[in-house]
Amino acid sequence: MNKRFLVFLSSRKSWTLPYIIFSAIFVVIPLFLIVVYAFTDDNGHLTLANFQKFFEHPEAINTFVYSIGIAIITTLVCLLLGYPAAWILSNSKLNRSKTMVVLFILPMWVNILVRTLATVALFDFFSIPLGEGALIFGMVYNFVPFMIYPIYNTLQKMDHSYIEAAQDLGANPLQVFLKAVLPLSMPGVMSGIMMVFMPTISTFAIAELLTMNNIKLFGTTIQENINNSMWNYGAALSLIMLLLIAATSLFSTDDKDNSNEGGGLW
Amino acid sequence: MVKKIFAQAYLWILLLLLYSPIVIIVIYSFTEAKVLGNWTGFSTKLYTSLFTTGTHHSLMNALINTITIALLAATASTLLGSVAAIGIFNLKSRSRKAISFVNSIPVLNGDIITGISLFLLFVSLGITQGYTTVVLAHITFCTPYVVLSVLPRLKQMNPNIYEAALDLGATPMQALWKVIVPEIRPGMISGFMLALTLSIDDFAVTVFTIGNQGLETLSTYIYADARKGGLTPELRPLSAIIFVVVLALLIVINYRAGKAKKK
Amino acid sequence: MQEDKSIIEVSHVSKYFGEKTALDDVTLNVKKGEFVTILGPSGCGKTTLLRLIAGFQTASEGEIRISGKEITQTPPHKRPVNTVFQKYALFPHLNVYDNIAFGLKLKKTPKQTIGKKVKAALKMVGMTDYEYRDVDSLSGGQQQRVAIARAIVNEPEVLLLDEPLAALDLKMRKDMQMELKEMHKSLGITFVYVTHDQEEALTLSDTIVVMSEGKIQQIGTPIDIYNEPINSFVADFIGESNILNGKMIHDKLVRFCGTEFECVDEGFGENVPVDVVIRPEDLYIFPVSDMAQLTGVVQTSIFKGVHYEMTVLCGGYEFLVQDYHHFEVGAEVGLLVKPFDIHIMKKERICNTFEGKLLDATHVEFLGCSFECAPVEGMEPDTNVKVEVDFDKVILQDNEEDGTLTGEVKFILYKGDHYHLTVFSDWDENVFVDTNDVWDDGDRVGITIPPDAIRVIKITD
Repeated sequence: MNKRFLVFLSSRKSWTLPYIIFSAIFVVIPLFLIVVYAFTDDNGHLTLANFQKFFEHPEAINTFVYSIGIAIITTLVCLLLGYPAAWILSNSKLNRSKTMVVLFILPMWVNILVRTLATVALFDFFSIPLGEGALIFGMVYNFVPFMIYPIYNTLQKMDHSYIEAAQDLGANPLQVFLKAVLPLSMPGVMSGIMMVFMPTISTFAIAELLTMNNIKLFGTTIQENINNSMWNYGAALSLIMLLLIAATSLFSTDDKDNSNEGGGLW
Repeated sequence: MVKKIFAQAYLWILLLLLYSPIVIIVIYSFTEAKVLGNWTGFSTKLYTSLFTTGTHHSLMNALINTITIALLAATASTLLGSVAAIGIFNLKSRSRKAISFVNSIPVLNGDIITGISLFLLFVSLGITQGYTTVVLAHITFCTPYVVLSVLPRLKQMNPNIYEAALDLGATPMQALWKVIVPEIRPGMISGFMLALTLSIDDFAVTVFTIGNQGLETLSTYIYADARKGGLTPELRPLSAIIFVVVLALLIVINYRAGKAKKK
Repeated sequence: MQEDKSIIEVSHVSKYFGEKTALDDVTLNVKKGEFVTILGPSGCGKTTLLRLIAGFQTASEGEIRISGKEITQTPPHKRPVNTVFQKYALFPHLNVYDNIAFGLKLKKTPKQTIGKKVKAALKMVGMTDYEYRDVDSLSGGQQQRVAIARAIVNEPEVLLLDEPLAALDLKMRKDMQMELKEMHKSLGITFVYVTHDQEEALTLSDTIVVMSEGKIQQIGTPIDIYNEPINSFVADFIGESNILNGKMIHDKLVRFCGTEFECVDEGFGENVPVDVVIRPEDLYIFPVSDMAQLTGVVQTSIFKGVHYEMTVLCGGYEFLVQDYHHFEVGAEVGLLVKPFDIHIMKKERICNTFEGKLLDATHVEFLGCSFECAPVEGMEPDTNVKVEVDFDKVILQDNEEDGTLTGEVKFILYKGDHYHLTVFSDWDENVFVDTNDVWDDGDRVGITIPPDAIRVIKITD
């Protein structure tokens, strides 16, 4: 065994080892398998047929585009509803109680499917037809806490003197918001968007239940293929979604690793 | 003043919207109707039949599975994640970035991708899917959250306190146990709670890794139920009970945290 | 009596962090029972030295002994020293009592003894009755007292203090200084104290170790260090001083500011460039008369509580003068300094010297860059050479891109009529510059050296 490895083992750095092995088996290799399956056929031969099938199938592409659309709309509605709520919650003049914050997060603790079915019941109760509107409402209802919480967190931590400084420099309330509060809360907004967009784009069961199987989202397409043992095609579709997710996270990534370099301290 | 009323009104309307489905579930748990939305008079029959042994064996089984899986997964991921966080904290910045990247994959990835990728793993290895695979899958997506909640505690910690412990005669292991662990304990607890919640709430990953040996968690049970057409009426009182228990727990935790702060 | 016995022996210790040298061949002996202060600006290596003694880091080279025992590689928990940290480092999850008892419990001391010792330690630091308080509820000064109690309760042979008062406000700091001194007296153990505050060092210590750039500059009693600084760095760092370029005419006669002065120093040789140090309180100021060695005009005058601090311009040189008497700005005054108040120091260097390599007849490489130079004759390309550049020929530029190489202004010395700067080049070598321009510590600059300023000298072996 080489000496550097022995040094690594004896230091506390080696405590990462179990997790590195675990992640390799359960995170890295499985992702790799998606790629392998996506580029092979049933007999394990290398092929592009799975992607060909996707691009030749207008139905699949339509579902894909439609899902992206629904996810974008859901995210926007969540942002429009969630930002004011987060702002009010974090503003000490308008809201003093921490309990309010907890109340907004609480629904997340109820099983997502039960919540969805309850929403369906609510629509039934008011005789609202189950369709696109219901789908978006249901998703917003499910995911708006994920938007509120990160924004609330950044607003909460924001130094109040920035606002005072902006006021002092002659900004009116609207300018204070646009020039100081909004830019400073962007990290929270970005992570809120990620936290809503990612699950909405990949959701499947919720859409099924909310629309009584009338509207099909991309997630459902993937799940159906896997369930019908079309693993290779399912893997190819997963890979397409994976690329979409990767692109989205790259777009919204800002290097916020502002950790001080405490490495090797102990 | 007007502004405040307006703001408060906004919050309450939003809350009303968020809670209305849950309220409906709770209300309709006190009636016997098979279909949610039909009111056939007040009754606690659903509650009694939920707890009558035998009648809803499969539902209670699913509930027990959900809870035990969540406890196992949360415990394992808290241990794995905390140890990993201590290791990551000691790494030089480049390898730290690499591990942080791998750590963020299950967080950013859609559930469905995680589920399918694990499904393909188990299939390729020829492992029969069941209880163990579900637990492993849950550990996979829970551990990153533990790492993410423990690491900040380590970063906030005064780096000298570990040295102070050594200086006072503690061996590195003693210093870790007596000083570092108490410091990161809040992070471990919140990581554990988060893992528990995520595990209980999970559907997408579970459905791909649960196999077809007849194992059910609450999520898969409800899903199968809903697909068959209707919801088992007893799910209403069960959801209501879960909701009330969680609500009570949160209120107690919040109240005690508030009191601890004042002290 | 064991008074003279060394308790800490640091011999030829160096510490490297990657490419950086934090400590460069440091040798230091600390006598038993002494109060030693390691003094220096931030980044001079003083904390690193303390951490090597405590065992939080290990020396790259050299040896450290405590009580005669070699401990260079010994882990910190096996060393007979205890540390007080700058940011207290109290364990936040333990109360005052448990913090102090931490070390004793690890040693499996009986419970009753622990109780007694903790009480005694608390009394020592004036914190009786604080046992069961939460450490977060204490003020900074109180926390530092608990930290001191936590260290001394273990009865270490040496107490290491890493800028323990730096985070406290001025009043608190003064009080704590007195208490530390008292504590040192009554405990009778060795204190090694790290600080960047020269006043604190002068007040507290038996011995001061002045450090700069990883090297020990001077070791001595506070009075020695103040009165006989060994070089311009020490003179500038300890107290306030006028540091001027001068020339030693012969023994006991020095010329600076255009005038010849009698002094008491000998043995520098004849016509040798030297640094002259005069403390501001050693300059006598009075209305112009025959007694004046120098005459000048008062430029500024500030009331400092007890004395006035004035700057006087004499023949192009600015002098800092402290006196109880006040002279109006613009007044013509005479200055006088007594021979024994003139401190002469050998110059560490009279010009920049670099190792380099001749590239061709008109180019030479040093500091990692190629410079154009006046034509060199009689040397082959690729010969290793010595390069000399006068301090005042180096040009600094605001815009980093304009320079041949870049660096950071690290140390500024005012020499009466110009500034002497130490610029840390990005090639990890110091470039010394004389300039009339005002730069700040930490400024990024571009460095240019004109061709005719570069002297290429053949290395003769």
